[in-house]
Amino acid sequence: MLALFYIFIIVAIGVSFWQITRIMNFRSVIASDQDNAKQGKYSIYFLVFLYAMMIYCLIFMNVIMLPESASFEGEHDDNLFNISFWLIGIVQFLIQFLIFFFTFKYRGNKDRKAKFYADSHKLEAIWTITPAVVLVVLIGYGLWQWNNVMDLSNVKDPVIIEVYSQQFRWEARYAGEDNILGLGNVNYIKGINTMGVNMSDQNSQDDKQVTELYLPKGRKIHFKFRSQDVLHSAYMPHFRAQMNCVPGMVTEFGYTPKYTTEEMRLKPEVIEKTNGINKIRMAKGEDPYEFNFLLLCNKICGASHYNMQMKITVVEQDEYDRWIAEQPTLASVIK
Amino acid sequence: MSEHHHKETFVTKYIFTQDHKMISKQFLVTGMFMGVIGVFMSMLFRMQIAWPEKSFTIFEAFLGPHQTDGVMNPDIYLALVTIHGTIMVFFVLTAGLSGTFSNLLIPLQIGARDMASGFMNMISYWLFFLSSVIMVISLFVEAGPASAGWTIYPPLSALPQAIPGSGMGMTLWLVSMAIFIASSLIGSLNYIVTIFNLRTKGMTMTRLPLTMWAFFVTAIIGVVSFPVLLSAALLLIFDRSFGTSFYLSDIFISGEVLHYQGGSPVLFEHLFWFLGHPEVYIVLLPALGITSEIISTNSRKPIFGYRAMIGSILAIAFLSTIVWGHHMFISGMNPFLGSVFTFTTLLIAIPSAVKAFNYITTLWKGNLQLNPAMLFSIGLVSTFVTGGLTGLVLGDSALDINIHDTYFVVAHFHLVMGVSAIFGMYAGIYHWFPKMYGRMMNKTLGYWHFWITIICAYGVFWPMHFVGLAGLPRRYYSITNFPMFDDLLQINVVITIFALVGGIGQIIFLANFFISMYRGQKATQNPWRSNTLEWTTPVEHIHGNWPGKIPEVHRWAYDYSKRVDPKDDDSDYLHGEDFVLQTTPLLEGEEPS
Repeated sequence: MLALFYIFIIVAIGVSFWQITRIMNFRSVIASDQDNAKQGKYSIYFLVFLYAMMIYCLIFMNVIMLPESASFEGEHDDNLFNISFWLIGIVQFLIQFLIFFFTFKYRGNKDRKAKFYADSHKLEAIWTITPAVVLVVLIGYGLWQWNNVMDLSNVKDPVIIEVYSQQFRWEARYAGEDNILGLGNVNYIKGINTMGVNMSDQNSQDDKQVTELYLPKGRKIHFKFRSQDVLHSAYMPHFRAQMNCVPGMVTEFGYTPKYTTEEMRLKPEVIEKTNGINKIRMAKGEDPYEFNFLLLCNKICGASHYNMQMKITVVEQDEYDRWIAEQPTLASVIK
Repeated sequence: MSEHHHKETFVTKYIFTQDHKMISKQFLVTGMFMGVIGVFMSMLFRMQIAWPEKSFTIFEAFLGPHQTDGVMNPDIYLALVTIHGTIMVFFVLTAGLSGTFSNLLIPLQIGARDMASGFMNMISYWLFFLSSVIMVISLFVEAGPASAGWTIYPPLSALPQAIPGSGMGMTLWLVSMAIFIASSLIGSLNYIVTIFNLRTKGMTMTRLPLTMWAFFVTAIIGVVSFPVLLSAALLLIFDRSFGTSFYLSDIFISGEVLHYQGGSPVLFEHLFWFLGHPEVYIVLLPALGITSEIISTNSRKPIFGYRAMIGSILAIAFLSTIVWGHHMFISGMNPFLGSVFTFTTLLIAIPSAVKAFNYITTLWKGNLQLNPAMLFSIGLVSTFVTGGLTGLVLGDSALDINIHDTYFVVAHFHLVMGVSAIFGMYAGIYHWFPKMYGRMMNKTLGYWHFWITIICAYGVFWPMHFVGLAGLPRRYYSITNFPMFDDLLQINVVITIFALVGGIGQIIFLANFFISMYRGQKATQNPWRSNTLEWTTPVEHIHGNWPGKIPEVHRWAYDYSKRVDPKDDDSDYLHGEDFVLQTTPLLEGEEPS
């Protein structure tokens, strides 16, 4: 097989060099009027190709994109994203048209004389000020939303959860009755105390360690992230949430789930995407897929980086209360 | 000028040469060699992405111990993306692009006999060569080359327990980069000094071609930011080898707690991106400079808004040094810093927009000579706009949260700096090949090369945006573990096919380049009927560039199609031709432009 492959490569290289040397015998080297005409025409064909591809992707790839934000904070993200995308979309279509249309329209020939046009302060002012004004809007909205998401100081009654990353899995710890997480450090890692919780800290006693996240709908979740070994990134795309997990420090992020997993599964766009996926899975003879929120690793962290995930289930408050009550406290697990 | 009479041996002419023209060719060929490796790697890992865990003979042939029965191992996948990034960003687009064209064009376009220090120039190339050799050697280390991403964030890059590539492979990577930085600094200092001091009579700063401005500012950014990467790399070497804790703290790995206390990986991220972001412009600005020159020449029109172009280069350069934090919005740094960096980042859109619009206005009502170089320049403007626009989304911290490190980012930066800079490099090669080798490159192959490359570039990177918006993180060896990404696999196959065709298509260029070197048509002195000084030198290279006195400059570089009556587009050309060499004195009563 390998020998065949080498022979194939050698033959391919030989043939292409033979062809290329033949073309090399055409010795004209500077674009003639015919070349300009031909390449100008091609640039219009390319413009058509580019437009077709852009439009095709914009329409038919809508279904594969993430569904609407499943957190209240993410609503404005979606909004800002839509505004930005419409804006850059329109500019993109216009400018690409200008570039390739001008290439065609002003393709050179003997009779054409270029216009000597070196400067226009008016035009330059227009395309300095227009983007500046547009940017003021985008920056303003963006910064407002950024503060919105990142400010966790005035949250009433949040659910506090610590997410802990290691090569190559996720663990999590709920703060328990007192809603305060006990201290943790890698020095305490031993046996089943895989998150390195300091058990001599009073606040640790009622903490609850889990391997799957349950979140109550409509309450602010205050995440604290720690890492055991290298950088990881806790990426929860459906909630428009992401934060790096950094060894040696605690990072934070927060959001309020808007839909339960069940509600999310009933959304038309989610149904459409799931059906599309299941058609592919069916053809390969795999089990059908059911929508779930996920936490993925999004910072290169080693060989199994591509396989670090944790399921997130969003439920109503009462169901969450039942679930959390069932989980054993650390004090009862780690003696 | 009699000093170029002494006999030259093979060694002083082709190897340890101090002549800037030969050094530029050395940079180009070394850069192209590294480029072939970098592009080939990307084709290998694209195959893995499209057909995960499938067996390929080509893997068996090239990956040696890093594959099992033709299936790529996850570790080597990460190594391939790491080395692909490193090679393309530093070895091809920094040294290969800047090194080649700064060396070739600076003395020729400002009217100097050579660089300020030919000796330092030679050292700069040989350090680059040495670092390339070390980088290539690192590919053959037993545990595999560096594989912590081209950003080499610690702790992953610091701990061999975390990933095998962080052993010997990483050490060689760091040594190679340290030497590379020394090479780049020596080169940049030389460029700055030369442009400041060796301009010929009449060549004021505001008469410099825009290529010169771009290379000049690029060199300044390099001198400001590369030393910071060197210090980051040195501290990382300390952490790895001497047990210091600059970047490491509280780590438990392979069953034991390590002794590191008090360091922070975020410090490394700051130091790295303080170079890393300006690096984008170190890569891009030379390409934009080359494009300005080529678009103007081939449109037979002056570049529109010469002073605005200089202003925007300076503005981009200044802003580029205060935006590095936009790579770190979610790194755990203070959110307030995120606000500041969002603001400065989005400001870059303004000078970038000015540049794009000025290029388009230069095309308007031109007499476009669609040579391959011109097509690549137009292609650059196109990809620069496509990639630049999505920067508005990524630079906005609130939006970046959700698309950070997804394929959306990959698509964005490949278009705006990768493809654009490569297009600038190709444009430069097609345009100045006659100056380098005294022969012309083949036109037909050039056209084939251009259309295949631009179609494939868009075919690869436009759909990739949507893969990113579906939430797929980059650097995933395989996506089959996530049913939620199953519908992306088909798109990945299409992308990979475009990538393979585009990659193989570059053979056309390589063949054209090397065959033309020996068999191309002999060049005339000024084949593109251009205004700049390099076209007043003889086709045959001589030491000192001009046989007699260095020419004096009387005008700016862009007097294309200047008319008798500036208001009447139908009037005759003022100098009888649609171009006026910079050495032509002003006519009586002629207004300088």
